Amino acid sequence: MRWTEPRLIAGPAVMLACAIFSTIFLSGAPAEKHLAVYSVAANYSVAIVQHDGRDYVGLLEVLEPLGTVSARIESGGRWRLRYNNIEGNFQAGKSRARVLGRDADLGEKFLLHNDRGLVPVAALGSLLPRFLGGPVTLHEASARLFIGSVGTHFTASLAAQNPPRLVFNFSAPVNPTIATETGSLRMTFTREPLVAPASPMLTFGNKTISSANYSENNGAAIITVNTSVAVLASFSNNGKTITIAPVAVVSAANEPNTPPASVASNTATTAPPATPAPAPAPPVPAARRYFAVVDASHGGDDHGETLSATLLEKDVTVALARSLRQELESRGITTLVLRDSDANVSLDQRAIFANADHAAIYIALHAASSGHGVRVYSALLPYGEDDRGPFLSWTTAQRTSRPLSQTAASAVAGELQKRQIPVRALAAPLRPLNNVIGPAIAVEIAPQGSDVSQLIAPDYQQLITSAVATAIAATRDQLGAAP
Amino acid sequence: MIPRHLVIATSVLLAAALGLSIYAWHVRKTVVSKPQATTDTRPLAPPVAGPTEQVTLYVAYDDDGSLRATSAQIPMPSGRQQRAEELLRALLSIYLDKNSPHVLGTGAEVRSVFLVDPGVAVIDLNSAFADEHRSGVLVEELTVASLIHTVSANTPGVVKVKILVDGKERETLAGHADLSSFYDVTAMNQLATQLQGGE
Repeated sequence: MRWTEPRLIAGPAVMLACAIFSTIFLSGAPAEKHLAVYSVAANYSVAIVQHDGRDYVGLLEVLEPLGTVSARIESGGRWRLRYNNIEGNFQAGKSRARVLGRDADLGEKFLLHNDRGLVPVAALGSLLPRFLGGPVTLHEASARLFIGSVGTHFTASLAAQNPPRLVFNFSAPVNPTIATETGSLRMTFTREPLVAPASPMLTFGNKTISSANYSENNGAAIITVNTSVAVLASFSNNGKTITIAPVAVVSAANEPNTPPASVASNTATTAPPATPAPAPAPPVPAARRYFAVVDASHGGDDHGETLSATLLEKDVTVALARSLRQELESRGITTLVLRDSDANVSLDQRAIFANADHAAIYIALHAASSGHGVRVYSALLPYGEDDRGPFLSWTTAQRTSRPLSQTAASAVAGELQKRQIPVRALAAPLRPLNNVIGPAIAVEIAPQGSDVSQLIAPDYQQLITSAVATAIAATRDQLGAAP
Repeated sequence: MIPRHLVIATSVLLAAALGLSIYAWHVRKTVVSKPQATTDTRPLAPPVAGPTEQVTLYVAYDDDGSLRATSAQIPMPSGRQQRAEELLRALLSIYLDKNSPHVLGTGAEVRSVFLVDPGVAVIDLNSAFADEHRSGVLVEELTVASLIHTVSANTPGVVKVKILVDGKERETLAGHADLSSFYDVTAMNQLATQLQGGE
């Protein structure tokens, strides 16, 4: 065969293109993957290691939460694992192992890496029953492993009313991370062994809430609700029911015990603009549904401060919010907890909700490991943007209510002082205080000493929340008169 | 028959392509396996020399949550902008000291300060400053107040201050203190007075 000159040029050119392509392609960092494991004993996740394009996990890490397990490396690359009374023998580089004296096919070779015994994820479905003595179900593509008869099932039904409500009923309490985008609401279940319905796509034949679909990815189950309007999710029935409804419906119908889990993006009059432009102020005070809006700060992907290895600020604030709601309601003050689950709620969304409700007082709760006692904050307003006619600047919407906010903050500080709790009242550049039109304060709770576990002690929480509630009740008349 | 020089040229090009592929693979492996330094602690600018001046720094103290005025004698350049940068670098040297009263993360640095007329100061922090900052309303507020009050008290005419991180706007410093708006120096002076009281 004779080569022509164009071929001679094309060959190296292709090779060079391949080299450049491989450089670009290989430079991307691989996404971190996890195997989610659900069992009666515990729900947990194990990091997935990639080798030769295959997914591997440490067998010891998978079995450790389920029973007594030990492993040791022997000469010649042999790895011996004992789970309760069952022994398995593995050989580095071999795709066959012996468990309970019988051969087990791993499909791919066994790896010893940094003294860890790694088995292919795909082999867990056949390997684990030999150790555990019971069935396991592996969703290999989504890296989810169900051990035994675990599984949370759900149904979805659309209530035939106008506007519609989509009701999800779950067989066990759930606490998904909820995110909203234009035209959809997504619930991500990372801790719950949620299993697929009969059909992954549920259609409702409704223009407002048209469909929902179930999917799984990287150790999580995801339900996406497709809508044509902004929607809210609210929890009830001890976390076993989630109701999705248009914003106005949820705002009007929410009971104090079933607050919204998230606030959808909204272009209503109380929403902030994409750029700092003015937000309209209500010309006439609207009817107030709740006297107090209590906001558990952070939530979802926003953990707040990591108070200790096992304690996150977002969890402490939810507990404090529930305690404060109880204290306020026992004093006859209607209260809405703005975040009562582990939901992502943006700062703008929090302000939108407080403004839409025209609450007499907005109270944001924070927790901290530094300092002692309690800090009560009112807004430190940023450099002023001028209001334009009836439209208030979003960044300084708090301006007219700031004196009342300071009155409320002083009352709370005074009440805490009466109870011998160290307290300071300060201004703070803390959103969304400056975006709330009505009186707004934030309460940051730190332990009295150096022990952060005091933050989750019910008696300490109640000591503080009862003082806050007493102060709010004492200033009820002043706050209630606020527009 | 293929001319000899074309055969040689083809061979050289193939060898180059193969070599480049192997080199790219090797570089990628090296980059992936090499642990990246978490912070770059090298100074961004050489230390200023020259005559020293007495200035007032507003230093945050975590033990009682206060902001205290502290006199310091530091070399100060003549340029207004450079002076503001040196003030903040002197402040950061206190925070990065082993006996710091208000610990900042390793590698925290003020990249630059811009003074824009009329009365606008822009403080540009590096990402280590914000990423490694402790989270909490008071602890973040102390940092912000310390930076802004130190600049405004020593730089007449500044009425509003913006804080950027790596030249970009950021929502909060470490989850709490708002960085999305301009700080009002008058309001910040009042806050500094409040904070000077401590717990």
